[in-house]
Amino acid sequence: MNAATSKKQTLLLFTLMGLAFVVVGFVQSWSLSLTIFNYCLIAAIMALGLNIQWGYAGLFNVGLMGFAALGGMAVVLVAMPPVEEAWSAGGFSMLTALLFVLATVIAAIVVYKRLPKGRTRNLAIAAILIIGYFLSRAWYEPAARAIESVNPAHTGYLGGLGLPVALSWIVGAILAGCAAWLIGKITLGLRSDYLAIATLGIAEIILAIIKYEEWLTRGVKNVNGIPRPVPFEIDLQQTEWVRDLAVRLGSTAPEVAALTVKVAYAGILLSILIVLMWFAQTALNSPWGRMMRAIRDNEAAASAMGKFVKGRHLQVFVLGSAVVGLAGALLVTMDGQFTPGSYIPLRFTFLIWVMVIVGGSGNNYGAILGGVLIWFFWVEAEPIGLWLANTLTSGLAADNVLRTQLVEGAAHMRLVVMGLVLLLTLRFRPKGLLPEVSARRH
Amino acid sequence: MAFGTMVTILFTWWLQGLGVSLGPLPTALLALPLGIAVTIGLILICDRWVYRYHRGQRAKPVIFLIASLGLMFIYNGLVRIIIGPGEQRFEDGQRFIITVREFREWSGLTEGLMLRSSQALTIVVTLIAVAALFWFLERTRTGKSMRAYSDNEDLALLSGIKPERVVLIAWVLAATLATLAGVLYGLDKGFSPINYFHLLLPIFAAAIVGGLGSPLGAVAGGFIVAFSEVLLTYAYRRFLSYLLPEPWMPEGLVQFLSTNYKFAISFVILVLVLLIRPTGIFRGKTI
Repeated sequence: MNAATSKKQTLLLFTLMGLAFVVVGFVQSWSLSLTIFNYCLIAAIMALGLNIQWGYAGLFNVGLMGFAALGGMAVVLVAMPPVEEAWSAGGFSMLTALLFVLATVIAAIVVYKRLPKGRTRNLAIAAILIIGYFLSRAWYEPAARAIESVNPAHTGYLGGLGLPVALSWIVGAILAGCAAWLIGKITLGLRSDYLAIATLGIAEIILAIIKYEEWLTRGVKNVNGIPRPVPFEIDLQQTEWVRDLAVRLGSTAPEVAALTVKVAYAGILLSILIVLMWFAQTALNSPWGRMMRAIRDNEAAASAMGKFVKGRHLQVFVLGSAVVGLAGALLVTMDGQFTPGSYIPLRFTFLIWVMVIVGGSGNNYGAILGGVLIWFFWVEAEPIGLWLANTLTSGLAADNVLRTQLVEGAAHMRLVVMGLVLLLTLRFRPKGLLPEVSARRH
Repeated sequence: MAFGTMVTILFTWWLQGLGVSLGPLPTALLALPLGIAVTIGLILICDRWVYRYHRGQRAKPVIFLIASLGLMFIYNGLVRIIIGPGEQRFEDGQRFIITVREFREWSGLTEGLMLRSSQALTIVVTLIAVAALFWFLERTRTGKSMRAYSDNEDLALLSGIKPERVVLIAWVLAATLATLAGVLYGLDKGFSPINYFHLLLPIFAAAIVGGLGSPLGAVAGGFIVAFSEVLLTYAYRRFLSYLLPEPWMPEGLVQFLSTNYKFAISFVILVLVLLIRPTGIFRGKTI
């Protein structure tokens, strides 16, 4: 597809998407429309992150959930106030335990590098790992117990650093990037299908750690009341200009305040998305982007041209994961709470995949459109399904078995709809709604 | 798997409603063939509508993976619409073969042993299924042609093996085994759509640990994953109390890892196997 038609299509589809939000605004409510819009923006950022990995470089990463959860954890670790008592109860021994773990890993790596291959090396590594395990375990266990027993109903964890929440977004991206570097270093040598399974597994491991290391993240007890980057609705209601605006719009102060908060969130998210988009587009059109696509389309040829395939893969894997981590951090900030139990692969990995495939892999606008579109229908499928079920069965009695079944099932319609959308896209439009633009001018 | 189990459960309820039962065995066994038949039907329809097109295009494996992702969404949704997202129990018949108390009285030991009928059933059915699969793949003409097709598509085509037939049989086998496993698991632990979805990942792990393409490997992989899960999270306190003298008893439960990490262990094993020996323990094929 050439650039001009692509531009027209992009404009058309984005306008249609905008209209959909206006329709929701009129039919349901403007507040809901804005909420959906905000979540759509986060989904778009996540889809952009995946598009960097899959669309640019063809890396089949199904561990997105892990990176999103890491980003969310960063918000807790940075923005929450520290729990002094817990630090004094077990902070020191916990740090010692972590130091032991670090020392063990470094010692094992040194032995692996220095000693010649053979039984001696294997035995030495095994010995180091076992000794390290018991040493760190001896410090870790009392520390974890001490920290978790400090006021377990409210804290029971070390807390964060008490820094501004905006900083935590960057930390989230860095944390996810570091994790990606480690994972990529280990797994990127694998073939694409193995990479998929390995990332799937690693995401589950990351999540298990976040869920069950309660001293660090409170685990499934959740962290509530994360500091917000925007003022509270309740404070906003009292201000002069909100009241003025409410009178002028013929609405009530609480409603205007709620809308203002949502608009503020939308502004923050939109500006982040635009900045990321600028970076992504510049990168894609630069020599670096061309090299990435060359590697994706033919690894052997690119390697023969002197491109360092594994290194470039690692680079793009880290960048994409960092963007996903950022989106995870933003999501937690907007929710105002960190709930490790809510991370499931269906919602945080596979749905993002549907977004990128449907939107158009390799095209950044496509990924964003896919993110917005799929999230919109993920949320709106329920009301639409309910309306359809009610309309279709309106001839039947209210307590008809078929009718109650359909109405109850409407909530799960979205799974079916998503599956169908994905299959239809693969069948009839395998390159997505907005296909990749080839750089060659016709 | 969840779909097959659901159909079986529905048939079980229908049969129970009719007053049919097998005495000590669960009624689900009677409904099983019907469940398997419906699942095979569903999977063949999906194959015709979805996979056949992509096979014709000779698409990359990744495309199949994504397509199966879409199907997974649909199955998941269908199951939740039809039976609801809650948990269902459908076992009936005799619950226990050996109970803890009976065993203690019979053997005179202080620790008990329990065997639920569903567990015994699982062991018997697994043995039969593995034996039948082995016989099929190693001894019959169809089984051999299937293995030939998976080893080298072009050569198999040249020697007159029909690819559509191979695919058909593969789907029938997959549907049968998945429904079987689903029903057995459901008899033991109860059925809920979300649990069945979570089972997907350990199953992946077991198949790859054992080595794809080797039925013995799949069983061995399953055992390795399951045993390491239990051995690493088992609380050894009770065990040690019989070995060590009183003053040496350690405090705490003496676990290597907390029970919460049960799930994670299978993935650690999976990643290790992928890195060290990507073909699996039994030297299966790469996908």
